[in-house]
Amino acid sequence: MSQVRVLVGTRKGAFILTADGKRANWNVSGPHFAGWELYHLKGSPDDPNRIYASQTSGWFGQIIQRSDDGGKTWHQPGTPPGESTTGPGGMPKGESNKFAYDTASAPLTTHQFYDGTQHPWEFKRVWHLEPSLTDPDTVYAGVEDAALFKSIDGGKNWKELSGLRGHGTGPKWQPGAGGMCLHTIILDPKDPKRIYIAISAAGAFRTDDGGNNWKPINKGLYSKYIPNPTAEIGHCVHHIAMNPKRPGVLFMQKHWDVMRSDDAGENWKEVSGNLPTDFGFAIDVHSHEPETIYVIPIKSDGEHYVHEGKLRVYRSKSGGDEWEPLTKGLPQENCYVNVLRDAMAVDTLDKCGLYFGTTGGQVYMSPDAGESWSPIVRDLPAVLSVEVQTLQ
Amino acid sequence: MPATIRVELPQHLRTLAHVGHDVEIQVEGPVTQRSVLDALEERYPMLKGAIREHVTKQRRAFLRFFACEEDLTHASPDAPLPEAVASGKEPFIVLGAIAGG
Repeated sequence: MSQVRVLVGTRKGAFILTADGKRANWNVSGPHFAGWELYHLKGSPDDPNRIYASQTSGWFGQIIQRSDDGGKTWHQPGTPPGESTTGPGGMPKGESNKFAYDTASAPLTTHQFYDGTQHPWEFKRVWHLEPSLTDPDTVYAGVEDAALFKSIDGGKNWKELSGLRGHGTGPKWQPGAGGMCLHTIILDPKDPKRIYIAISAAGAFRTDDGGNNWKPINKGLYSKYIPNPTAEIGHCVHHIAMNPKRPGVLFMQKHWDVMRSDDAGENWKEVSGNLPTDFGFAIDVHSHEPETIYVIPIKSDGEHYVHEGKLRVYRSKSGGDEWEPLTKGLPQENCYVNVLRDAMAVDTLDKCGLYFGTTGGQVYMSPDAGESWSPIVRDLPAVLSVEVQTLQ
Repeated sequence: MPATIRVELPQHLRTLAHVGHDVEIQVEGPVTQRSVLDALEERYPMLKGAIREHVTKQRRAFLRFFACEEDLTHASPDAPLPEAVASGKEPFIVLGAIAGG
């Protein structure tokens, strides 16, 4: 019997929601890491019981947590307490929380700050963890200030893929309102050397050589609030989604505008069509219908809540341009929540399930591709991220 | 002979390190903020980066250090800590700055 496991990161801990394939009766566990911000949790596609979590705090910094039993127990994968932190020859052993920029390969430079001055890169937190598709011990981390890290030992040690931060355009990158974060990492299932990432506010980038060299892939994006609206970089990309069965076709929720690319990001075109507002954060693709996409329009960048007080998921079955609101079971009055960029996910069951979490602490689920919705939980802390694992 | 130092941690760091209210650590040589925190991190590696930045070793901005009812937050990391801390009579306190409304 199939099962689903929903991994929810919130402002005050992590929660794990589980149900059988009917997705009707839910078990809720948590809070895990109570009181901490859990920016993201994600399971390994190769070993679903291996889950990585980013636990952060303005007081205490970044902690990486790992579970090897599907979220029942957790540990930090670095050196255990009581063991020396250095090995033979004085070499450091695992320091799973250490994200040090690789300044030997790419000198620590500056980026543009809010006031237009240059500001040095400073590590703040991990926004997104992306486990390898084929190796549970390999995992990527997207961090603020923007950079991409990789661990090949289950999260014990992290090494920066510094070719990205060292990209010549770095001094022109700038923080969005949430910080200068690398928030999206997409691994190409057909080409293990191809990775897509996105940064607010630098834009989208792609590597075709496993992370050594990167190219901006922002052609076709138009951002009227930057000095050159069609610049190579500087766009506030909020999220990108891809159906793994059709790599190369990408859908993007930009600050404003919903976009698509049919050529691995080389060119983008706007597909906002009849959306009531094309500002938003979350975007995802149906598991089995690669032209069916979902967004949750947010009123504006000045008002980070849903449009007209109605919580509506919009679906396009034509890959964009033509959108329909999905509202059954969702509040249609007096609703003023936001849905953040990593807070929507799809399962891979026969009838595709959709999940999203709100800043009001609800996690909604649809077992029928968006036709109807119900809350799994209503009163969690503000939801930062939602991922779902489909377990056979 | 190493000094036995008591360190009091805020709740979240106790949870991380799987310890109780106070921890006792052994410190060789002069008892300073730096030597105490070095020894603490060596004994509890998961606290690396949680009190001081990994790379710069700077105190994290929202943490403060107290001992013997004195705020030592801005004291030199290499200044000797009070004798009562060095003798284990009083704890070296790591405190999260208060936030909220």
